[in-house]
Amino acid sequence: MAGSTSRLHRSEHRWALAFVAAPVIGYLLFTLYPVGFAVYASLTNWNGLGVMRFVGLENYVRLVSDKNFLESLYNTFFYMIGIPIGLAVSLALAVAMNRKIVGLTAFRTIYYVPVISSLAAIAILWQWAYNGDFGLVNQALALVGIDGPNWLASTFWAKPAIILMAIWKGLGFSMILYLAAIQSVPRSLYEAAQLDGANGWQRFRTITLPMVRPVTFFLVVTNVIAGAQLFTEINIMTPTGGPEYSTASAVWHIWRQAFKYQQMGYATAMAIVLGLLILVVTLIQFRLNRRNSFVID
Amino acid sequence: MSLTTAQSREPLNRTPLGGVPLGRKAPGRAPMSRTTSTRIGDWLVFVLLSAGAVVMIAPLVWMFSTSLKTKNEVFALPPVWIPEVPQWDTYVRMWQDSNILTGFQNSFIVAASVTLLGMVTCSMAAFAIAKMRLPFRNLIFIGMLTGIMIPYPTLMIPQFVMFSRIGWVDTLLPLIVPAIFGNILVIFFLRQYLENVPNSIIEAAKIDGANFWQVFWRLIFPIIRPAVAAQFILWFMMVWNDYLAPILYLNTPERQTLQVVIANMNVQYATQRDYPLIMAASFVALLPILAVFLIFQRQIIESVALTGTKG
Repeated sequence: MAGSTSRLHRSEHRWALAFVAAPVIGYLLFTLYPVGFAVYASLTNWNGLGVMRFVGLENYVRLVSDKNFLESLYNTFFYMIGIPIGLAVSLALAVAMNRKIVGLTAFRTIYYVPVISSLAAIAILWQWAYNGDFGLVNQALALVGIDGPNWLASTFWAKPAIILMAIWKGLGFSMILYLAAIQSVPRSLYEAAQLDGANGWQRFRTITLPMVRPVTFFLVVTNVIAGAQLFTEINIMTPTGGPEYSTASAVWHIWRQAFKYQQMGYATAMAIVLGLLILVVTLIQFRLNRRNSFVID
Repeated sequence: MSLTTAQSREPLNRTPLGGVPLGRKAPGRAPMSRTTSTRIGDWLVFVLLSAGAVVMIAPLVWMFSTSLKTKNEVFALPPVWIPEVPQWDTYVRMWQDSNILTGFQNSFIVAASVTLLGMVTCSMAAFAIAKMRLPFRNLIFIGMLTGIMIPYPTLMIPQFVMFSRIGWVDTLLPLIVPAIFGNILVIFFLRQYLENVPNSIIEAAKIDGANFWQVFWRLIFPIIRPAVAAQFILWFMMVWNDYLAPILYLNTPERQTLQVVIANMNVQYATQRDYPLIMAASFVALLPILAVFLIFQRQIIESVALTGTKG
């Protein structure tokens, strides 16, 4: 009896192994092996084709004083200013959409259209919309009497312009997640708060905000990870990295070093630093999140 | 501020800033005035949301309108909002003068093969991880999950070198092959969905003599089909809109995917100031996904909300 069950189990093991084989092989081949390879390549001077000459930590020493790389890291951090702004606006939108008003489905759909749209097409559109003389943005500003700048050619306005576009594109996504979270808050909480005499703002601050906290956490973490990998907008809207490198993002800089200047070893070292930065920031966020949850409990 | 005004007023007149129309559920508390204030609030919210909707949609409308303008109208001051004679000819010119058509074909080949084959590997793996006996099952799953911590830019250079050594540069294969081995996030989501499927029906099927492939294909797959469909659409959109990986690998214009084609047109035709053509191409590039979205908007939005809250 025991023998036959274990034979059955062994057959099940074989089936299960066959079923998970593809993603496991894919993981080893396209994630784990490249990571190992990247670590080694980052310690070499290498143009991608010729011999990999081992240079130790030279690439890492070099990148610490590489002005363009540091600039691109700074820009990448700067772009993240858009994350809290975007989340605040989308939470406000979600609260607004939680009412029973006409055209709700239409609103939801319209706000979501930029999310599903191809980033390349959207970047092309906004590059043209930011044109100083004939672009949509300055034409709209002219209607209210503001003389807009030549956005993408200005060291001061180029980054805000890209932030604005990213907020516009991502708003619908955060809004949908917030809306789902708000709708799952038990009605009775609000009713009890109202009986206690809490006004709308108090109900929002003490009920809605804590109840959507997991969604906020999820959105902050995923937005930071995605924001650290900004590339498409930069490469399409400012193909040279913007005036005085003011829009170049870290990934854009790495891509250029690797595929335009064939500095594969050096670029890999920068890519590893970027990957580690993302990892550390993400872990810190999880840490903070856990601590804050304790305070609330 | 808001505290004092709230206290000085009668509680009935407070406008619910929290946005939940509670008044309707509180009869006996002067329902008339509550409904009126709720209704005023509703109107305010409606006006604000409409203004926001204009901001969201105006750039896309402007894109379409620009594509129908003459070159002179594009650079006219004051701006022309509606072209006098719509230049539909631009859309004809676009198919002839550019690689939009091959771009469509290539994007479709990549997105369709990745999602069709990838969904099969993902659902099989999800079934094994959720429902089958396998030594180190959780270790395997968590090990693969750590993979999502590694961003693509860190992997792109080694992957590029791997594929260039086997001569796959300038083909669609580097975009397809890694993806059909499965996507751990999709597996994760399908596994969550399978948690709600009782083990007893699988046991019953096994007693009836079905092997695991039959259990998967005849029993499990039909059950998880809604989740598979949702992930299929989201994944298809993601692959269709991808830009970074395609520009690494695809050099020959006829072999490029749609996103790369329009990005290159943007560079090429901007010097000729042919913005109508650029906008026409970008607009057409948006259309397939936009159409899919408008048809399935409810299911797509619901599955996005579900993925986000489960994540």
